[in-house]
Amino acid sequence: MNEEEKQVDVIEIKEILDASYGARIGTWLRICSACGLCAESCLFFLSDNKNPRKSPAYKFKNTLGEMYRRKGNVDRDFLIKCSEIVWGECTTCKRCSMYCPFGIDVATMITSARTICQSQGIVPEGLARTLIDYRESGNQMGMSKEDYLDICSWMEEDTAEEILGLTIPIDKEGARLMYTVNPREPMYHPNEIAMAAKIFTVAGEDWTMPSTGWDCTNIAMFAGDRALAGHVVKQMYDKALELGAQKILITECGHAYRSAAFEGPYLAGYRNGKPPVPVVHSVELFYEYLRDGRIKIDPDRRLAEPVTYQDPCNVSRNGGLWREAREIIRFIAKDFRDMSPNRDHNHCCGGGGGYIPMGLEFKERRMRSGRVKADQIRATGAKVIITPCHNCFDQVRDLNNEYDLGVKIVTFKELICEMMVIPDKFSPLEEPDATESNPGEN
Amino acid sequence: MSGAKMTLPVRSSLVALLQRESAPWAEDGERVMDPIYELLRGPVLWITFLVFSMGMIVRLAILYRLSKERDGVFYNHVDMKWGLRSIGHWLVPLGTRSLRSQPLFSIATYIFHVCLFAVPLFLLAHSTLWNESFGVSLWSLPDRLADFLTILMIGAATFLFARRLVRSEVRILSAPWDYVLLILAVLPFLTGFLAYHQVGPYRLMLVLHILSGEILLIIIPFTMLGHFILFFFTRAFIGFEMGARRGARPW
Repeated sequence: MNEEEKQVDVIEIKEILDASYGARIGTWLRICSACGLCAESCLFFLSDNKNPRKSPAYKFKNTLGEMYRRKGNVDRDFLIKCSEIVWGECTTCKRCSMYCPFGIDVATMITSARTICQSQGIVPEGLARTLIDYRESGNQMGMSKEDYLDICSWMEEDTAEEILGLTIPIDKEGARLMYTVNPREPMYHPNEIAMAAKIFTVAGEDWTMPSTGWDCTNIAMFAGDRALAGHVVKQMYDKALELGAQKILITECGHAYRSAAFEGPYLAGYRNGKPPVPVVHSVELFYEYLRDGRIKIDPDRRLAEPVTYQDPCNVSRNGGLWREAREIIRFIAKDFRDMSPNRDHNHCCGGGGGYIPMGLEFKERRMRSGRVKADQIRATGAKVIITPCHNCFDQVRDLNNEYDLGVKIVTFKELICEMMVIPDKFSPLEEPDATESNPGEN
Repeated sequence: MSGAKMTLPVRSSLVALLQRESAPWAEDGERVMDPIYELLRGPVLWITFLVFSMGMIVRLAILYRLSKERDGVFYNHVDMKWGLRSIGHWLVPLGTRSLRSQPLFSIATYIFHVCLFAVPLFLLAHSTLWNESFGVSLWSLPDRLADFLTILMIGAATFLFARRLVRSEVRILSAPWDYVLLILAVLPFLTGFLAYHQVGPYRLMLVLHILSGEILLIIIPFTMLGHFILFFFTRAFIGFEMGARRGARPW
């Protein structure tokens, strides 16, 4: 690397530092008393033999703290070192903020440090790629609108054969719920959309899927690109406003909920911090369906095997939906075994905060830091693990292989679809001359 | 029993010493004006209180102004119930998971903080001074209890100091200043204890006692010691943010 490449735009860094500096960051940076209580809350510290360089306080002091100390006069090498910490050693799960006596919100400071690194083009390759896709296509996987709509109508046709009257309404105005998904679903697991459609139909839901702004994920938020992250989430808000939807429903994805309900309003410029349209997560909705009897579970089909639940950080801790998830489990499983710790205090799986999209380059580290989660899962003795988050799902799947956990990983949708009672009115009509049906299917 | 008999005259003599207009240092009771004592006990004390209170007020005012401009997130999600729960749990000994994870440290830090407040405010000798200088009459601790608390405080501080050195995740975070602050916090206790029991040169101890106490008060607004007030704001915030807003219990 020659001298010129080592240059960074110090003026820009100073500007971002100045803009991020508020009473909170100013106070946090000064009052940390170096007590070290945060260390043991962090999975990176625990999984790395209690390496003192992995404690949350060490990480924020040596990244954002150091940037402020040097008043922004940093070089490229320093920022590269920072990037290793802010992306490679933190998933912004916010667990440490609950273990700090002062409630120092380390994740917020790590996010600011990410913004600085990203402003100088220092960002993990896997995340940088999604930024291009978001800009070009509006979603993180670069899926075209046509492909997405094709998948929706394909799933509609397919599933209508099982559930009479099932439709996947696109851009329906004034629906109660606008259902948004993770592009991973239309891209690789279109069946997830079909399953959601089944549940909504049986529950008699008034819902729609939007033709734009359908991607509720926000990898730009984890990449530190605040402007783009705001744009991404605004697309979704604007579409919901345009359609007059009463609520935005988020698929079983953790960070999408954090983005839409909590970080998004600020990123998109809503200064009061509230999304313009209320946001609901699938976990909350499914719980309401079961509670209100809109979906009924066939008791004979309830899971008999031991089941555990992976609380996604962004659903349980950063979304507060840990009660609802356990209520759903009471309906669908006979032998539930909680992990320890659990609920809002659960450990991150190690795949959050952008870690999964960071790709193969980071996989080895992801498996190492995931040891904490693997141990937690093994200790439950569960054979099935439920998690309502795409990143947790992928991480637990990888951990399952890496650590031979022997568990089956499922989502709530999947289980509800397997177990729900489908009233007769949805049974496909018995047609003796089933000319239209495709013998290759079913 | 014999201990009680021995401490009693010492206590009364100390109170008597402090009650006089000027401190008589001579053992034979001859009154000698001591300019250093007079200075520390008079104008420097006033300056100390002024710097301490004004410093803290200015620090809070600056933070308030900054927060109004930059920290909308603080005000947007205010919820006193969550704020108070977030503070309350952390004020109770072993009131949080985090504190329970290191009970020895938690108890030591609890003792350290309680003594840091209670002893200087309610010590009988100080009470007398409060009364004399400001006409404020505070409830006062029995001297024997104060003595006991002082020893506890010194013990707790020693533990905290050792922990900083021993635990690698704490040592790596600790700057030399963190050790200095801890020493500064314990110095008024140590010197006060020695002066009270008239161990070592009494006059020097008394002067060091007052001086170290004043230094400690003066630096509070400019260091992390400001957490004695800022704690309530940062904790309230995380209560709003994690609790009221997101539904997680930050304790």
